Amino acid sequence: MAEHIISLQGVTKEFDTKGGKVVALKDINLDIEKGDSYGIIGLSGAGKSTLVRTINLLEQPTEGKVLFDGESLTGLGNKDLNLNRRKISMIFQQFNLLMQRDALGNILFPLEIAGAPKAEALEKAKELLKVVDLEDRAHSYPSQLSGGQKQRVAIARALASDPEVILCDEATSALDPKTTRSILGLLRKINEERGITLVVITHEMEVIKQLCNKVAVIENGEIVERGEVQEIFKKPKTKAARKLFFPDGDYREKPLTKTSTKNRVRLVFDEANAGEPIIANMIMELGAPVNFLYANLDVLGESQKGQMVLCLAADKATADKQKAYLTAKGVEFIEIPEDEIEEEVTE
Amino acid sequence: MSAHELMSLLGQESLATLYMTFVGTLVAYLIGLPVGVSLVVTGPNGIKPRPVYNKVMGFIVNVIRSVPFLILMIALIPYIRKVIGTGIGPRAITAALIIAAAPFVARLVEQSLLEVDPGVVEAAQAMGASTLQIIWKVLLLEGRPSLINGAAVTMINILGYSAMAGTLGGGGLGDIAIRYGLYRFQPTIMWITILVLIVLVQVLQEIGIRIVAKSDNRIN
Ligand SMILES: Nc1ncnc2c1ncn2[C@@H]1O[C@H](COP(=O)(O)OP(=O)(O)OP(=O)(O)O)[C@@H](O)[C@H]1O
Ligand SMILES: [Mg+2]
Repeated sequence: MAEHIISLQGVTKEFDTKGGKVVALKDINLDIEKGDSYGIIGLSGAGKSTLVRTINLLEQPTEGKVLFDGESLTGLGNKDLNLNRRKISMIFQQFNLLMQRDALGNILFPLEIAGAPKAEALEKAKELLKVVDLEDRAHSYPSQLSGGQKQRVAIARALASDPEVILCDEATSALDPKTTRSILGLLRKINEERGITLVVITHEMEVIKQLCNKVAVIENGEIVERGEVQEIFKKPKTKAARKLFFPDGDYREKPLTKTSTKNRVRLVFDEANAGEPIIANMIMELGAPVNFLYANLDVLGESQKGQMVLCLAADKATADKQKAYLTAKGVEFIEIPEDEIEEEVTE
Repeated sequence: MSAHELMSLLGQESLATLYMTFVGTLVAYLIGLPVGVSLVVTGPNGIKPRPVYNKVMGFIVNVIRSVPFLILMIALIPYIRKVIGTGIGPRAITAALIIAAAPFVARLVEQSLLEVDPGVVEAAQAMGASTLQIIWKVLLLEGRPSLINGAAVTMINILGYSAMAGTLGGGGLGDIAIRYGLYRFQPTIMWITILVLIVLVQVLQEIGIRIVAKSDNRIN
């Protein structure tokens, strides 16, 4: 059995608010293995931040247990909890750097807290500045750094305590696409080269695709689907997961009012079957057209995957033939329920 | 009174005023700073919420703050006389100033620390920092510019109080204003005293602003 570095067991979190009780997490069970880069994705208000904050007990669960490296964190005294927290670093959307300390001072902070000898700490902090490519900005204050640079300082700070896990709560949501890619690249490298487990909270599928090997989809405080990113990408079982694979505006209600929602399928191509013009051949061989609703090329970690939504022939017999054809060609697909349409994003 | 006598009187009483101001501020901070910190730490969104302590301490602070300074001082003088042996003069006034200013300081400190980004406090908690480490290394450090600003405001306030205390035989510039300016009706002396007070306040304010600007790493 693989080692679970983090294990949430029956975690429930309720908030008492003036408007009554808010259940942010319902009976969450989640195991994260050492070395995983585990994504947790969901829409705003789904409970992602609450979930990640229960892992280091910034949020005390109302019920349930949090295990770190096999040891229960819930119920530990402050001192022991703090010792464990040094092994679980965290980075934030808003960076949360000390504004009155320069880059180097920020990286020194966790080392000071842990009582590391001064000279040693300084050496290490300088080394980490190099790791995040900021050795020339050691004495810049956060107010003098760009968002991407601030997040790099925060990552160096997170590495300073030699953590086993880094929790990332929307670490790239405040950054532009190019900076996002470079930060995700850095995190990926940290995960691969140092074997540090990542827990990646995001509402963007792109982040999961670039950074994670596993993913859990969270909706209304519950994990509705989970597994290997490759698998879920190929065959998302729930509507929540499917929705997250269609970027905003690509696959909306409006074009669908003009097309049928019958016999829709979503296919995924990868290196194995991308060479052959399968759809074109299918149309010619079966003599029945299909309607293209959506197509996109995605990068999942190192590999490329094409995804496509087709509307097959309207009559069932032909549609079944088309499906059989696809199956025979080794194309994996899922059928999209007729009543499933992408709602307008309200927010 | 000769110009020379006047100068020496002004010099001497200015020193008395500055003595009351500095000592008063210093001791008021020795009391008010920890109280202010404790109010933030034990507050509803603090790092160690302690509702009962917070309510009680908050109440005491509010009660003392709501008594006008002159009234408070008059009320305190008999007790001060018992403790330090005299009810007049700079020492007695300083004692009264401290009691009046400490709760004011506590609230100012509280305000300054509440301005510290809660995200940064949370980051420190996530790193496993103890409560004391968060107070020293996060709250007081990040709140430093605002705290210094508050100290300048406090000093100017205490200077004003100490001048008012002159009416109660407290010594200092307020004493000159009352004795020469009012009772003997020497408007020149009155105005000179006012001028000295204005200069002192301006100097304190300017020093405060400069230290804040120098110590704040968010603006440069
Ligand atoms: N301290 C709190 N008090 C009351 N309710 C809270 C608190 N924190 C979170 N909630 C509620 O819990 C639910 C989940 O919030 P959470 O912040 O975990 O969502 P999220 O998935 O991180 O959303 P976002 O993507 O917007 O950050 C929401 O309904 C929110 O209002
Ligand atoms: Mg969130």
